[in-house]
Amino acid sequence: MASLLSHPDEVKVVSKRFGMGATNLDRYLELDGYKAVQKALGMQPDDIVNLVKNSALRGRGGAGFNTGLKWSFVPKQSPKPKYILCNGDESEPGTCKDRLIFEHDPHSVIEGVMIAGLAVGSHTGYIYIRGEYRYLLEIMQKAIADAYARGFLGKNIFGSGYDFDVYWHGGAGAYEVGEESALMESLEGKRGIPRIRPPFPAVVGLWGGPTVINNAETLASVPHIILGGAEWYSGLGTPKNGGTRLFCLSGHLNKPGVYELPMGYNLKKMIYDVGGGIPNGRKLKAVVPGGSSTPVLLPGEIDLAMDFDSVGKAGSMLGSGGVVVLDGTTCIVKFALRTMKFYQHESCGWCIPCREGTDWLKKTLIRFHSGGGLKEDIDNMYYLSENMLGRTFCPLGDAAAMPTMAFVKKFRKEFEDHLEGKPCPFEKVGAVEEMAALSQ
Amino acid sequence: MKFSDQFESRFAEMLTHYPTKRSALVPTLLYAQDEAGYLSDEVIHEIAERLSLSDLEVRNVISYYSMLTTKPRGKYNVQVCTNIACMLRGGEELLDHCKEKLGIGHKGTTADGLFSLEEVECIGACSWAPAAQVNYAFHENLSAEKMDKVLDECRKKAPH
Repeated sequence: MASLLSHPDEVKVVSKRFGMGATNLDRYLELDGYKAVQKALGMQPDDIVNLVKNSALRGRGGAGFNTGLKWSFVPKQSPKPKYILCNGDESEPGTCKDRLIFEHDPHSVIEGVMIAGLAVGSHTGYIYIRGEYRYLLEIMQKAIADAYARGFLGKNIFGSGYDFDVYWHGGAGAYEVGEESALMESLEGKRGIPRIRPPFPAVVGLWGGPTVINNAETLASVPHIILGGAEWYSGLGTPKNGGTRLFCLSGHLNKPGVYELPMGYNLKKMIYDVGGGIPNGRKLKAVVPGGSSTPVLLPGEIDLAMDFDSVGKAGSMLGSGGVVVLDGTTCIVKFALRTMKFYQHESCGWCIPCREGTDWLKKTLIRFHSGGGLKEDIDNMYYLSENMLGRTFCPLGDAAAMPTMAFVKKFRKEFEDHLEGKPCPFEKVGAVEEMAALSQ
Repeated sequence: MKFSDQFESRFAEMLTHYPTKRSALVPTLLYAQDEAGYLSDEVIHEIAERLSLSDLEVRNVISYYSMLTTKPRGKYNVQVCTNIACMLRGGEELLDHCKEKLGIGHKGTTADGLFSLEEVECIGACSWAPAAQVNYAFHENLSAEKMDKVLDECRKKAPH
């Protein structure tokens, strides 16, 4: 069980019920549970969509698309059933937030799925949880069964005449399945190979029916928006970036943890105040602001509002909320190599630029880190990454290329320091020697 | 092929979840593997029959998912994360420690069949790094000493 930390700057919306026993249905009801869905049952579908649109809730999985707008793309009339699919395949390195939602507040996800269903006229929802999170799948299975037992799910929910079913589904280990079209393939019992778009899932999704796919944190936010209103929620964040976000702080920090902070919270403050700063009096070297696929930021770039638009303007992405902090002892070449090793391992092999590109980049980085790098390889890595961008069915190729380009661009000297058989200048400091201080 | 009653009731429930039988495949494979230890030819054939698929179609899916295996593993599968957040806090050293302690490498199994070792990608424990999973159990904020304790507990639990 992951431990919970707190900070006075936190604004608890999604994490409001963490540590309060809300996995128990009675406790969840005491804490305003299932009130939002009952309110939504009395609303017109378009009003739910507009409320969520106006709340400026944006996809918490990483892309940051306006959730209400996404819902509005689902056709009103459809000959095929419509589906809601909750993406709980959390796998982006640096991200560990959905885990806490499933662990502490599973009913909020179910309620979010139900409200999304009412908004688009769907009667079926799926909650997909990654295979490694077995204990969370069990928590969700129980939560769903409890909701059925009370008549909150199934036929005629809350006596409204509306039928809604929610089903659990477990994965079996695959990062790429977190991509929306691969997620649908996986749910359909296939390899998680992405689908070409258009058609987009909102029109042709699961088993050919219109499908809304939202991240677990996005859906868990929805009931709070229904109860609190669009104005309240959007006012918590910055313009066009409504609400709060679970930020996962990790790496070289005194107090790593998951903290719920308003959208637009200053990154520098997040590192030095919320995260407790860097251990051993070391200097900050770099920050990966939103999971491993987001371009790295330099210490001079961290006086930054953490919302989708501001981080985008700074040349990176807010991504999935995984803030990874690197101190001065970190070898960027090694960090880039470990990142690429991940993408090479997770590439499904469907698109050649991604399959060959990640493999080539990994091999080049291995050679670099072992001291056998060639000067022209520095530019080659950049050029190769540039040519992966936008040339694949799904964003995994981009996710591998973007951070690599940033590493090469911002830390060129460090790559040069690894040339001509020079030993890695950072090898002397091992992470284990640091452990005592890091584990405070 | 005989599975537990729990497997059977879960399998029956899953078939009611989806408009196509095939959709139950991925979770069913993992639950079957939990009981059989690995996905043997026999297990693959059984599941293929139940879902009206060919053995080859099932194998095609198995090879995609990193948690699924067609080879026997130890009773305790030790999965050490070395991805970025864990790497920064000693994940690689922790993996080396496990290799030395267990005398096996990545995807190896000890001679007594008790332990397997695997270097895995991000398991979603970044804020509590370094972390490992032993089968499905998470172990976080690990050090070599804490890891030893975890392994010792496994040994104690194992039948002699």
